[in-house]
Amino acid sequence: MPASSPAIRPWGRWGLRVVGIVWLGLIIVLPLSALLEHGLHDGVSALFREIANPIAFAALKLTLLTAVVMAVINTVMGTLTAYVLVRYRFFGSKLLNSLIDLPFAIPTLVTGIMLVVLYGPQRTLGAWLAARGIQVIFAQPGIVLALLFVTYPFVIRTVQPVLMEIDQSQEEAAWTLGASPWRTFFEITLPAITPAILTGALLSFARALGEFGSIVIVAGNIPRSTLTAPVYIFGQIESQNQRGAGAISVVLLALSFALMLFVDWVQERRGKNHVSG
Amino acid sequence: MSQVETGDKTQIATAPRSRVVRPTGAAWILVIIVVLYAAVLLGGPLLAIIWGAASSGLKAMVRELTSAEAINALKLTIILSLSATIINTVFGLILALVLARDDFKGKRIVNGLIDLPFAVSPVIAGFMLMLLFGRQGWFTATIDALNVRVVFALPGMLLATIFISSPFVVREVLPVLRHLGEDQEKVAYTMGAGYWRTFRQITLSNIRWGLLYGILLTFSRALGEFGAVLVVGGGVTRLTETSTLFIYRALDDRNEVGAYAMALILAIISFSLLLVMEYARKHSRKD
Repeated sequence: MPASSPAIRPWGRWGLRVVGIVWLGLIIVLPLSALLEHGLHDGVSALFREIANPIAFAALKLTLLTAVVMAVINTVMGTLTAYVLVRYRFFGSKLLNSLIDLPFAIPTLVTGIMLVVLYGPQRTLGAWLAARGIQVIFAQPGIVLALLFVTYPFVIRTVQPVLMEIDQSQEEAAWTLGASPWRTFFEITLPAITPAILTGALLSFARALGEFGSIVIVAGNIPRSTLTAPVYIFGQIESQNQRGAGAISVVLLALSFALMLFVDWVQERRGKNHVSG
Repeated sequence: MSQVETGDKTQIATAPRSRVVRPTGAAWILVIIVVLYAAVLLGGPLLAIIWGAASSGLKAMVRELTSAEAINALKLTIILSLSATIINTVFGLILALVLARDDFKGKRIVNGLIDLPFAVSPVIAGFMLMLLFGRQGWFTATIDALNVRVVFALPGMLLATIFISSPFVVREVLPVLRHLGEDQEKVAYTMGAGYWRTFRQITLSNIRWGLLYGILLTFSRALGEFGAVLVVGGGVTRLTETSTLFIYRALDDRNEVGAYAMALILAIISFSLLLVMEYARKHSRKD
């Protein structure tokens, strides 16, 4: 890219650059610095003390566990959905394709309410499930369900475009040579879309780490059982324990930031492979 | 999230579309699994909220929604979302232009920072603002001296909404700008159109659908924001209570009808926005 664009005059270029950077500094860097300063103010050992608090630790563990379960289901179902949507046309396939982004549009709090209305213990379906010993709402399955709803589009929307790009002649060649559809998928198609699947799964995981609106309604927020890390942070803020809130915030933020960097790395590698081969 | 969607558009426009066929044999099983999963995960809850709201009766719902609190909450949500969207559109466009047409040291860092709100839990976003403007915050003394309230007041809620919805316009417009390149802009400029005219008539007109998509994403994200405004705003009835905070309080008060009615309204607004977004996205691909 040329350093000087004719569409932007020199003073205009400098002006835009300064405005953009100052804006980012004010709206993103400044709040972030305040959090980091607060979280690390009393040293790393104080940070670890806060994390070692049994309720905080259980909350972090639950957040990671539910996010992992969600990511596994999302990876399988998201890949399958993307594959079906790209390769097959059937009654309702267009409708399904336009509904994929629905969870992005619906406020997460509303998602939580929807799930309570459907699976709540006093509801028809909820009572039916409860009679069979399955508790969804105010239990861990409810958290996973909420996360699955909220992150539904991630894997699908990253895999779809890559699947569309794939040259299908390779698949057809494998097929003609006698490979079964399964073998063709696992040896030709899957390797080509693995980086996209990984990207989608990691993004959904990062999103799940911070989820609050749907979980606060669905989970019941019982310490050591259904209290997730973001809800724990909220509780600490409410009870004026800024130190506890700060420590867990720093941990969550570090985790999602590391994930985002990893996603960047995966995508960059994918880009390079693309050019070279 | 928009990362997920932005990369595609240019690729879809240029790549040969893969063959789409009718499913046969075993493929039907895959189709059925996918459709059932979507129906249970998305369709079930959607029908449930409609059913839940309907079973509480239209009259009761209308009464809840026409209460002073509900109308205030909806108004506040719209005001906050519109303001945040306008501000994020202006600065998002500037950032997209800078990233696409300018080159400088640290550009990668700027690019990475833009996505940061995607990685931050809304609760943490609200907490950060408390650390800046709340008790013993970095700027508390300054704003106190100026007699401005930020925390538990509208300015704080606006800042929270801006933060949460800031990446969308940049992330939607940037790939379109990169894909377009500078040729048309160069031609217009060489032919004597000024910077401003080039921007309006060439750049802006070329990115309009991508920009619209980004604006709608921003608005829809701002509309549904809950965690951050809950922490910063405190949900003071009639003063700092947005629609989502209204729902949260209604649930707490065991006012189910009010909660369902407002949830349904928000769901309907989001759903309509989604339809317009699909339209914008299709056009954005064609460009």
